[in-house]
Amino acid sequence: MVTYDIDNISPDMSFLEMMDVLNEELASKGVDPVAFDHDCREGICGSCSMFINGEAHGPDRLVTTCQLHMRKFKDGDTIFIEPFRANTFPVIKDLVVDRSSFDRIQHAGGFISVNTSGNTQDANAIPIEKSNADKAFDAATCIGCGACVATCKNSSAMLFVSAKVSQFSLLPQGQVEANERVLNMVKQMDDEGFGNCTNTGACEVECPKGISLENIARMNRDYLKAKVSS
Amino acid sequence: MSSVIQSSIIKKFAMALSGLFLIVFLLQHFIINITSVFSEEIFNQFSHFMGTNFVVQFIAQPILIFGVIFHFVMGFVLDLKNRGSRNVKYVKYKGSSNASWMSRNMIISGLVVLSFLGLHFYDFWIPEMKYKYVEFLPDDPNRYYTELTHKFEDLTKVVIYVVSFGFLSLHLLHGFSSSFQSMGVNNKYSPIIKIVTTIYSIGIPFGFSFIAIFHYLNH
Amino acid sequence: MSKLNSKIPKGPISEKWTNHKNNIRLVSPANKRQIDVIVVGTGLAGGSASATLAELGYNVKSFCFQDSPRRAHSIAAQGGINAAKNYQGDGDSVHRLFYDTVKGGDYRSREANVYRLAEVSANIIDQCVAQGVPFARDYGGLLDNRSFGGVLVSRTFYAKGQTGQQLLLGAYSAMNRQIARGKIQMFNRHEMMDIVLVDGKARGIITRNLIDGKIERHSAHAVVIASGGYGNLFYLSTNAMGSNVSASWKIHKKGAYFANPCFTQIHPTCIPVSGDHQSKLTLMSESLRNDGRIWVPKSKSDAAAIRDGKLKPTDLSEEKRDYYLERRYPAFGNLVPRDVASRAAKERCDAGYGVNKTGEAVFLDFASAIIRYGKEKAHVKGLNENDENLVQELGKEIIKAKYGNLFQMYEKIVDQNPYETPMMIYPAVHYTMGGVWVDYNLMTTIPGCFAIGEANFSDHGANRLGASALMQGLADGYFVLPYTIGDYLADDIRTGPISTDSKEFDEAEKAVKDKIDSLINNKGSKTVDYFHKKLGKIIWNKCGMSRNEKGLKEAINEIKSLRKDFYKNVLVPGTANSFNESLAKATRVSDFLELGELFAKDALERSESCGGHFREESQSKEGEALRDDKNFTFVSAWEYNGEPSNALLHKEDLKYENIELKTRSYK
Repeated sequence: MVTYDIDNISPDMSFLEMMDVLNEELASKGVDPVAFDHDCREGICGSCSMFINGEAHGPDRLVTTCQLHMRKFKDGDTIFIEPFRANTFPVIKDLVVDRSSFDRIQHAGGFISVNTSGNTQDANAIPIEKSNADKAFDAATCIGCGACVATCKNSSAMLFVSAKVSQFSLLPQGQVEANERVLNMVKQMDDEGFGNCTNTGACEVECPKGISLENIARMNRDYLKAKVSS
Repeated sequence: MSSVIQSSIIKKFAMALSGLFLIVFLLQHFIINITSVFSEEIFNQFSHFMGTNFVVQFIAQPILIFGVIFHFVMGFVLDLKNRGSRNVKYVKYKGSSNASWMSRNMIISGLVVLSFLGLHFYDFWIPEMKYKYVEFLPDDPNRYYTELTHKFEDLTKVVIYVVSFGFLSLHLLHGFSSSFQSMGVNNKYSPIIKIVTTIYSIGIPFGFSFIAIFHYLNH
Repeated sequence: MSKLNSKIPKGPISEKWTNHKNNIRLVSPANKRQIDVIVVGTGLAGGSASATLAELGYNVKSFCFQDSPRRAHSIAAQGGINAAKNYQGDGDSVHRLFYDTVKGGDYRSREANVYRLAEVSANIIDQCVAQGVPFARDYGGLLDNRSFGGVLVSRTFYAKGQTGQQLLLGAYSAMNRQIARGKIQMFNRHEMMDIVLVDGKARGIITRNLIDGKIERHSAHAVVIASGGYGNLFYLSTNAMGSNVSASWKIHKKGAYFANPCFTQIHPTCIPVSGDHQSKLTLMSESLRNDGRIWVPKSKSDAAAIRDGKLKPTDLSEEKRDYYLERRYPAFGNLVPRDVASRAAKERCDAGYGVNKTGEAVFLDFASAIIRYGKEKAHVKGLNENDENLVQELGKEIIKAKYGNLFQMYEKIVDQNPYETPMMIYPAVHYTMGGVWVDYNLMTTIPGCFAIGEANFSDHGANRLGASALMQGLADGYFVLPYTIGDYLADDIRTGPISTDSKEFDEAEKAVKDKIDSLINNKGSKTVDYFHKKLGKIIWNKCGMSRNEKGLKEAINEIKSLRKDFYKNVLVPGTANSFNESLAKATRVSDFLELGELFAKDALERSESCGGHFREESQSKEGEALRDDKNFTFVSAWEYNGEPSNALLHKEDLKYENIELKTRSYK
């Protein structure tokens, strides 16, 4: 743990811009800056991944670190910044972690097996009930940042996996391979070594996209059903 | 079969089922015990039935004991796995900002309840087993009430019981409604489940405490 | 000159693509297994291309600098994707989409490419729905549409304000399926450092592993560049921090022509710059202009009072407001194309009517939409339409359902509630229409090297219409490249695996290592960001929303000396063999420093105004852009020649056989 003093921070700065100021200062002295993941800086790519003052993406709700602004802190505060920690997210350098376990879970079944040939039926051939389409969309807004794992006292990935499973299981297109999908993705999740869900609900609170715990219940349901019928 | 037990969701499902089973048992236990406050006779009748009925003794009781053991062994297994999922801990971790104390400390409330169970078995269950199946003493349908009140003459014991019921309450406050989530129930009725959970989780331990204090004060 | 063969198929425009598909060569399934393809970039274009090529049977190696393909910047696209489905029955058709896109691009795009784009657009929607992309639906369960700038129909499909995310996740899921099958080998956190040509053909790339700095060689029978646009040339843009031109620039230096570099899209509705610390700009979707009205105060004194915080915008009565887009362009109003809206905002702000502290912002106001929707809803519900509070409440609910996430994002950044007070917006760099020159088959002037998506130049001319970028990326990746690449690869069925043990790979790798070492060992005094910011300022001020000869000439010289300064004084901390973001940035900025010069040179050469390129010397009396079709109906394709300033210009003449060249009017 290293402590840096930093001045000239305006309340309108984003948290990452504060980090930029720090890094610019370090770089100008020829010191290797603090490494952190970031890219889009508008809360959608899911790259940024800091654990700030004991919370994933910091004290604000429904934001990623890049959308967190310095007005949420007081002048003179000492801010604790840590990487997302879990055995499944090994640290690469400083605040950068390896979240490829999420990718591997998706490889195990995060898709609908349809060819990309374009010779599918017309998009409006199957009407989808609006409420289901909306719920599928809400689940699909997951940005895969890993805040749920980082926050969970058990490092469980259930919110992430359930969002990915629900996104498909709520749509008629995803029904065909629904059983196989949920079984495979949960198996991969377990194999990766994520902890178990104990329903504390912390993930839902810290999720920058507000993914609902309902998804976890839905996945539990889908999984049990699939287990019985397979 | 091994894949079934290895699955995290199945483990949680089993945890939820055994928990709910224990919740049902607790309710039944409470209903019988509360009669002791109103009527010595009814309490003795119930207790005698439970203590001598074949189905209760040789089918329900082993299931119950299995349920208890399963619930706490699985609880330990899950907790160990969960603790092991983050080998490097956070320097600063603000768990209180996003989850209740109860939900984060089921292992603590569970351990307290488990130790209490030890005491409770020592107080009631072991003497009972000894009476019936070791020493083969004669059946006495009226002994239960006296045995009960006798145990609550000691203030220390009453205090231990009441404190343990407090932890039981905390355990239930999270566990009850959470078991539905683990079984895949989260829908428009969930707020009702939450209300039932709160009523049950405060009401039942409170009632047990009341019985203990009642008998202490009236001995 | 002969290199610029656009290979547009013969025949009537509506049959070109079908005929072409029928006549190009194919590779048999058995042979596809013997052929490797490298795809650089995993956004909509790269992701969809990787998935489709792998599905066809090619062995695909995909590269992205992010930690997962799903984080490519396509994910940030908000508003929607166009398709000529005509689900709304409002007269849309392939021809109309084609026409709108060519007109929107100010007649500087290639007709045949645009027509093909319009043709396959409908397929994209079918494909995405089959993949499980949750597009917005109406209560009947069918797909919903909205309207975007520069068109008179509703053809934009959307998923709230996160359409790009949903489409990218769709492409990513298709990739996942192929990764699981082993047909795609995924290389995350890998940056392409150079392309390798063997016998003049693209045969591989050199990459740097961003985790440990390892320089790696990868070979293939063809290389597809899908690395996006170069908006970060401006330092401040709506692009992601990592977006860069390096892949495109490296192939340019090895022989790929770079087309129309100066065609940049400045998006009219972004959150204004708040200070020097700003690292990037955030877009507010164009869809907001469906319901938001853009205005500035009519009088300068009111504008000054608002700037000083003495007057609140909501206090200004209707007659004191200037809804300048509605005033100047009554037919399209607030939904004029992006270039027009951006210039109009700049014009007002330059004239002294800006409304934020720096005077560089205009209002985007939802008050009247809230009232309109509120009244409608009250009427539907049978409630009192004249109850102001009720109408406000109902109206805000509807606005929230439509744009909730955007409003929330605005509030988080600016700390003002846009439901109560109008948003402040200002134009910002968003998209680059220019890019690597490609022929009809999407192949660059390097045989075997293809460019797709924003990285190429072909479909948007001098200005892109809203919701067309997603369409183009997916069209290229899913439906065009997978066909056209076969025509080239048909020659390679007997080639066998390409060895990385060759003189060409040795040389390319050495050059990359030398460059990295020189950057690391330079130990100068100025950081990479210092140069990037400085470059951005030059480009924004002199090659931004309006350009003139003097400024462009100055820019060329300034960039040249800045580049010299960079190589002399840049300071890159850390080592070459580790995770080193400063080094990654340094290599990207060094390419921007070269592209910047070509950018200015191209802008200088094109002395007409068209689309996003506005030359002050070429404007009408009313200040509208004035095109010069006689002298400039061509694509500028630049050939690298040692130095950006020595680049050779090749012209691809644009022929309009199906659309008459007209002055673009949105009045």
